[in-house]
Amino acid sequence: MSILEVRDLTVTFPGDIQAVRGVSYEVSRGEVLGIVGESGSGKSVTSLAVMGLLPQNAEVSGSVMLHGQELVGVDESELTRVRGKSISMIFQDPLSAFTPVYTIGDQIAEAVRVHQKLGKDKAAQRAVELLDLVGIPHPNVRAKAFPHEFSGGMRQRAMIAMAIANDPDLLICDEPTTALDVTIQAQVLEVLKTAQRETGAGIVMITHDLGVIAGMADRVLVMYAGKPVEQGAVDDIYYRPRMPYTMGLLASIPRIDGAEGPLVPIEGTPPSPAALPPGCPFAPRCPMRIDVCEEEEPPLVAIGGGRQVACLRSNEIEYKGLTGEDVFPVPDIPPSEVVRVPRDERATVLELTDLVRHFPLMKGAVFKRRVGTVHAVDGISFDIAEGETLALVGESGCGKTTTLQQIMQLAAPQSGRVVVLGRDSAQLDRSARKALRADLQIVFQDPMAALDPRMPVGDIIAEPLRAHGHTNVKGRVAELLELVGLAPEYAARYPQHFSGGQRQRIGIARALALDPKLLVLDEPVSALDVSIQAGVVNLLEELKNTLGLSYLFVAHDLAVVRHLADRVAVMYLGRIAEIGAVENVYDRPAHPYTQALLSAIPLPDPEMERTRKRILLEGDLPSPADPPSGCRFRTRCPKFARLGEAERQRCVDEEPRVDRLANAVDHGAACHYAEQIEVIPASEDQEEK
Amino acid sequence: MGRYLLRRFATNAILVMIAASLAYMLAATTMNPRGAYEGRQPPVAEAVVDATLDEYNLNDKTPVFQRYVTWASGVVTGDFGRTWNGGSVNEEMGRRIGVSLRLLFIGTVVGFVLGVGLGAYSAVRQYRFSDRLIGVGSFVIMAIPVFVLATLLAIATYSLNRGLGFTLIEYTGEYNPKLSGWDQFFNRLNHLILPTISLSLGSIAFYSRIQRNMMLDVLNQDFVRTAMAKGLRRRTALFKHALRTALIPAATYFAFAFGTMLTGATFTEKIFAWHGMGAWLVDSINQNDVNAVAAVSLFASLCVLVASFLSDLLVAALDPRVRVN
Repeated sequence: MSILEVRDLTVTFPGDIQAVRGVSYEVSRGEVLGIVGESGSGKSVTSLAVMGLLPQNAEVSGSVMLHGQELVGVDESELTRVRGKSISMIFQDPLSAFTPVYTIGDQIAEAVRVHQKLGKDKAAQRAVELLDLVGIPHPNVRAKAFPHEFSGGMRQRAMIAMAIANDPDLLICDEPTTALDVTIQAQVLEVLKTAQRETGAGIVMITHDLGVIAGMADRVLVMYAGKPVEQGAVDDIYYRPRMPYTMGLLASIPRIDGAEGPLVPIEGTPPSPAALPPGCPFAPRCPMRIDVCEEEEPPLVAIGGGRQVACLRSNEIEYKGLTGEDVFPVPDIPPSEVVRVPRDERATVLELTDLVRHFPLMKGAVFKRRVGTVHAVDGISFDIAEGETLALVGESGCGKTTTLQQIMQLAAPQSGRVVVLGRDSAQLDRSARKALRADLQIVFQDPMAALDPRMPVGDIIAEPLRAHGHTNVKGRVAELLELVGLAPEYAARYPQHFSGGQRQRIGIARALALDPKLLVLDEPVSALDVSIQAGVVNLLEELKNTLGLSYLFVAHDLAVVRHLADRVAVMYLGRIAEIGAVENVYDRPAHPYTQALLSAIPLPDPEMERTRKRILLEGDLPSPADPPSGCRFRTRCPKFARLGEAERQRCVDEEPRVDRLANAVDHGAACHYAEQIEVIPASEDQEEK
Repeated sequence: MGRYLLRRFATNAILVMIAASLAYMLAATTMNPRGAYEGRQPPVAEAVVDATLDEYNLNDKTPVFQRYVTWASGVVTGDFGRTWNGGSVNEEMGRRIGVSLRLLFIGTVVGFVLGVGLGAYSAVRQYRFSDRLIGVGSFVIMAIPVFVLATLLAIATYSLNRGLGFTLIEYTGEYNPKLSGWDQFFNRLNHLILPTISLSLGSIAFYSRIQRNMMLDVLNQDFVRTAMAKGLRRRTALFKHALRTALIPAATYFAFAFGTMLTGATFTEKIFAWHGMGAWLVDSINQNDVNAVAAVSLFASLCVLVASFLSDLLVAALDPRVRVN
């Protein structure tokens, strides 16, 4: 029997912005419904409408039945009885989701007391029990802590504790792990599964991460432009998609299990909810569109097996067994000329030797005194050969960004050496530093913040040219725009007129303006939707091959890294844990941290997700102000836990160096007991090779 | 936390000392108490004038630094010196300080509470009629100098009383000395109405603008939504979660607003014929009364710094992030 039944739900905001245009779904007890879609597809608005939490100016129509009771249009007192009691919600950003001025325990106790007649101390007691249930160590102490004293993962656990406080029948999770690192995400997803077991609740899981959905959901609803375009059992959607959008979405994800070749991008951008095209909203981006598609929006029709599809050509897709790769044009990326030369014979564009960056930890307002040291980067070494991409991966706080800053500064580091294109950064004078900057450029993470909103795009791209005294700026700007796949006429427009993907292209054009040799990419695609991301990744790959660039690529998305990088360095607490060729590190990781990291990544493949065993890490990243002695990873290391007393002592006393593994050419790990194992199940397409 | 407040308190004490010293120097170098004795008929002998001025520590023939040392050593023992005609500054201050403090205290509290309340309400009703009304009202009040406002209020009350035929609201003085007991108390309250309104209107307007912005920032935050998702009513969520958090920045403005309040009090006291510190400041400047001016300045700086200390306390009480560190 279904707990929640949503029928023809529509949400309209002032200005005739149709955010949700007719969503229907059901959730049964113990069932997990995944709702996927890109930003702006209306997936979050749908769930807020179910909760009745939309701003007052939103117009909601249709029906939401919870246990047969209508929730749309009822007054507040009826809604408050349901909210937090029968339906609970878990929000995306656990930092802003807690009121900063009350303790975590008080906030959970408040949720208990709203719906249950309990005394203050009883409710506080219950809060501690709930915190214990979601795996927070020392719950009775931590309950008295304020939100800012919790780490991101801990906050999300507390959020889950609060959501299940009143044994709800339905949990709505709105991107519950998007703000978290992968190993923490794996922990939180486990907690969510525990919570579901404890309460037997149905779950509506909203996310853009197709990997998370593959592992969690029983059924999937795909949304596009405020409407469901496909619905069905998780295996059907992933293995037999019948709507070109779903097909494209699945094909555009880079795979961590090593499928080669360019990614499949979906051209164009989702339509604005204020100006929808007349026919199928996906038609302008769809390679399978026919004339009828642009005239009338296809309805969501049942096609048997509990599936629904909104596409006129779904029968044909089924009949011919088409996949995203067949339908969407795959760009042709020319191979790189440089890589034919063996790595040893190529020039080295960047070399770091024992780079150290410590930050003093200060205290006091007027008279500051040093109370400690943050070991942000603590002796790392790597090099990048010409035409190569080295990816620096690791979770927040591991020192990736600090490393980048140290390189970009082109100044003498606290200790160690930075050599850019054969020039030691410690020995540069002002003019040499400026000249070298032309060869070393950066692309930033957030394309919204990286471009001056009051400057036309042409001027943004021309700025580095002018700064270095180039003439013929105009011609070069047009050339650069074309290079990154934008029309030269766009030079006169302002950044606000461009979508996220286009802005990132503008950022890349600016970085390329001075013909650099080495490009530093700081999470260049993490702010973009998957279908857009694929296009930008392809562009980066193409530029590298045609222009002979080298990349230093910083990312936390290991799938993108596998796709784009030649070599990868895994960082943990300011040190390199493992480094080597991408195939070596991904297929045969030797450091326990790399193994855990790789095994934590959800694969967009339901079958594999179900059978996969995860290596779960305990706890959070230790503070870089007080790193553990010896091996920094030992406090969370699953291997350390299995070692004998005598073997452990070595991990405590001696800090492991990055040693080359005996049987590999380009693979090193900083572990005393390194042992290569396989953690990602090989994909079919790799087995064929 | 206690050490932090103690340190703030020590810094504040030093600041008060510096402010008071500078004020004394300014008054002592620019004012001319001798003038009051020179123009007399029959003329007073210079030696007599000198002797009198010396007795009051007001003689401009003594080097200013020496006068300052005399004054400062007196202040340290609690003696603020003599007025221009030999009266005790301490006595005069004793009479007036309560009058001013009563006005300032009530004005501050009324201004803060009503201002924050109106601001929060205005934010919740953003772009509705009531929000616009409060907004326009605040700017109009902020644009009117306090002496114009006070005068307008006095005139309006005068016409109201005349129209009614009896005195509904008192518009001059502090109390009616003919009354006693409870009548006297209620009469004092009645006298308080107009000065309090004229003094607090400005800060109501000021706080309401600040609080509206703070509240708007907080209203769109996820934690307000979380509170409602728990099952709290919108009103409860807004009051307990949003307003509570949005109060923190407003509390830091407390110290700044108090400075404006003191200026306002000077005019208000003068216009409604209250014999407080503000009115005294104006009188003593007219009379070239160096020691009285210095005493009022000291009082003012003390008030500002107590307000800033209170605002530190308030922030610490409201914000656990400050308290825990």
